[in-house]
Amino acid sequence: MMRTLREIGNWFDARLSLRAALLPMMEHPIPRGSAGPMGWWYIFGSASLTLLIVQILTGIGLALVYVPSADKAYDSLLYLNYDESLGWFLRALHYYAGSGMVVLVLAHATQVFLHGAYKYPRELTWVVGVLLLLCTLGMFFTGQVLRWDPDAYWGLAVGGSMAGRVPVIGPWVVRQLFGGPVIGGDSLSRFFALHVFVIPGALLFFLAVHLWLVLKRGISAPPVPGEVVDPKTYDAEYEKQLKTGVPFLGDAMLKDALCSAVAVIVVVILAAVLGPKGPSSPPDPTLPGANPRPEWPFLWLFALLSLSPAGAETFIILVFPVILIGILFLVPFLSNRGERAPSRRPVAVLAVVVIYTALGVLTYQGVTSPWSPEMTAWSGDPVPEQLVRNSSPLRLQGALVFQNKNCRNCHALEGQGGRRGPDLTTVGTRLTPDQLIDQVSNGTPGGGNMPAYGKQIGAAEMTALVEFLANLRPLDTPAAKPGSVRTDEKQYP
Amino acid sequence: MDTVSNPPPDEPLPGRRTFFKWLTYGLGAVAAVAAGVPFLGYLLGARKAPIKWVPLGPVAGFPPNQTRLVTFANPIRQPWDGMVADTGVYVRYEGEDPKATDEATKHIFLVLAVNCAHLGCPVSWFQESGLFMCPCHGGVYYADGERASGPPPRGLFHCVYRVTHVRGVDQLEIQAPHYPTLQDTLTHPA
Repeated sequence: MMRTLREIGNWFDARLSLRAALLPMMEHPIPRGSAGPMGWWYIFGSASLTLLIVQILTGIGLALVYVPSADKAYDSLLYLNYDESLGWFLRALHYYAGSGMVVLVLAHATQVFLHGAYKYPRELTWVVGVLLLLCTLGMFFTGQVLRWDPDAYWGLAVGGSMAGRVPVIGPWVVRQLFGGPVIGGDSLSRFFALHVFVIPGALLFFLAVHLWLVLKRGISAPPVPGEVVDPKTYDAEYEKQLKTGVPFLGDAMLKDALCSAVAVIVVVILAAVLGPKGPSSPPDPTLPGANPRPEWPFLWLFALLSLSPAGAETFIILVFPVILIGILFLVPFLSNRGERAPSRRPVAVLAVVVIYTALGVLTYQGVTSPWSPEMTAWSGDPVPEQLVRNSSPLRLQGALVFQNKNCRNCHALEGQGGRRGPDLTTVGTRLTPDQLIDQVSNGTPGGGNMPAYGKQIGAAEMTALVEFLANLRPLDTPAAKPGSVRTDEKQYP
Repeated sequence: MDTVSNPPPDEPLPGRRTFFKWLTYGLGAVAAVAAGVPFLGYLLGARKAPIKWVPLGPVAGFPPNQTRLVTFANPIRQPWDGMVADTGVYVRYEGEDPKATDEATKHIFLVLAVNCAHLGCPVSWFQESGLFMCPCHGGVYYADGERASGPPPRGLFHCVYRVTHVRGVDQLEIQAPHYPTLQDTLTHPA
């Protein structure tokens, strides 16, 4: 039996000559250190490749049922979730394996950066790696659009409004993005083609180049403090290290295989426990209260945009990403020699810490998004009872004005309500009645965050509202005093 | 009988070989242009918005100085757009122009797109405070569509409207709105 199989194998290899071509590649030696305990640092690349294979398989599976048509996409997603056998699992796995891929690709890039593995002669490997990161993020963004729900629709709208700011050709760019003058079937087909043909094609091409470079330039040895990279001597030293190297195919690959298995098990468990993501509700653009959120890899950008001053906005939308990506591409050209060990590269370590702290804080802000008004707070969140207990009728009337004029959408009381403006539970300790009238009537000076209510509120309503607000303070705390009364002439004789 | 012999390898190429080479380059270029230009034209020629009018209902159906959300299936659509083609606009009847001389310009309307001028999210109308608020970044507009506060760089986008006289009834119509952006507003020809 075995002999027959071997003979069949030999028959094929006599024609394909794969053994002669592939075996040396798989058995190429890698530095001994990369196969030792330090080898655990090297698992992120292969694990992301494994999840990519999961993505390709689940993606093909979903494409068997999903209908990329604006009027049917939502229904076909519901069908996948509830009717198609294991459709829910495939959708969930596709989402969590995709998320895992973003995490692992970032971890891989961070490890390569911290270990200085991007330095000579692996500059091009890094550059192609950045392209792979961009492809991965591109897959995430286009994939979100295929989940044809209000988030997808309004996400496209936000994308269109951003693209519309490109000088001169903005309107043309918007039409290219949507595939027409409005968001609709043309837009969905376009993003389907990007998600299924264009970006995967680019990704697989870049991946082939990336792996080719890994084979040809070799895996970097673990960094050793004091062992500096000098392009003049590096190649000879690396050759010397390979003399005592170990073959990749074999024990060195075990760590990669183990971590790939763990990665798959983790995303399978996540998919099975958390289930598929969305679609949240039908993609009806006339449904009120849409509040689109980008997918998690883009929450930091959403937060950065929301927290930046209006004047910097177009810059952050159009120029900032170009600078960021440009810097990523330039990393190996800004430093392609010298120390590789993180212990000798404090600036690199600091950069990683600062970047991830910033991304983390911005992502947290993006999740909580305190800049977004609570559109239903004015009618949905009652005024806390203890704030109006034993109130005069005028104050009760003021509380009513406060709710009816939608102040609550931006101002919380005891933590309930919008957080765009300050919580007003104790505003009576901060602002005098005159200051309150000024603030409510004129809003934020210069058209800032608060609209001027001067014309939106009657005189009697204003009296009641100010009576309510001025008394919002703890019993033992005095009311705000007019501290900012102008007394210039007397104070400085 | 003549015998055909190949020239020795060191000899210069005969004239017909050079001609053949240039013919191949030339034909290759013609083939690339012939296939490439229409392909690029197809890729880059996204559909533009035709001017189509949408009836929103009789003028009498809009009480003066009240803002109403009117929804309709946008005629700038593909037949397979489904509910995504549903579009909303805010309509406010501002009364009759005392100086108007003809029926068509007598009625003054305010027709605003729902898309926030900041990043396009749908604004909601709040009757009590007379404000439009955007759920995304808190852009706020007054009832006339002018910017009140927040990040929007301008007021809401105005739709082009007209009043037609159909079978004795004044009817409000608007130009089917494309997706409005800062450089491609709705009043500016699409």
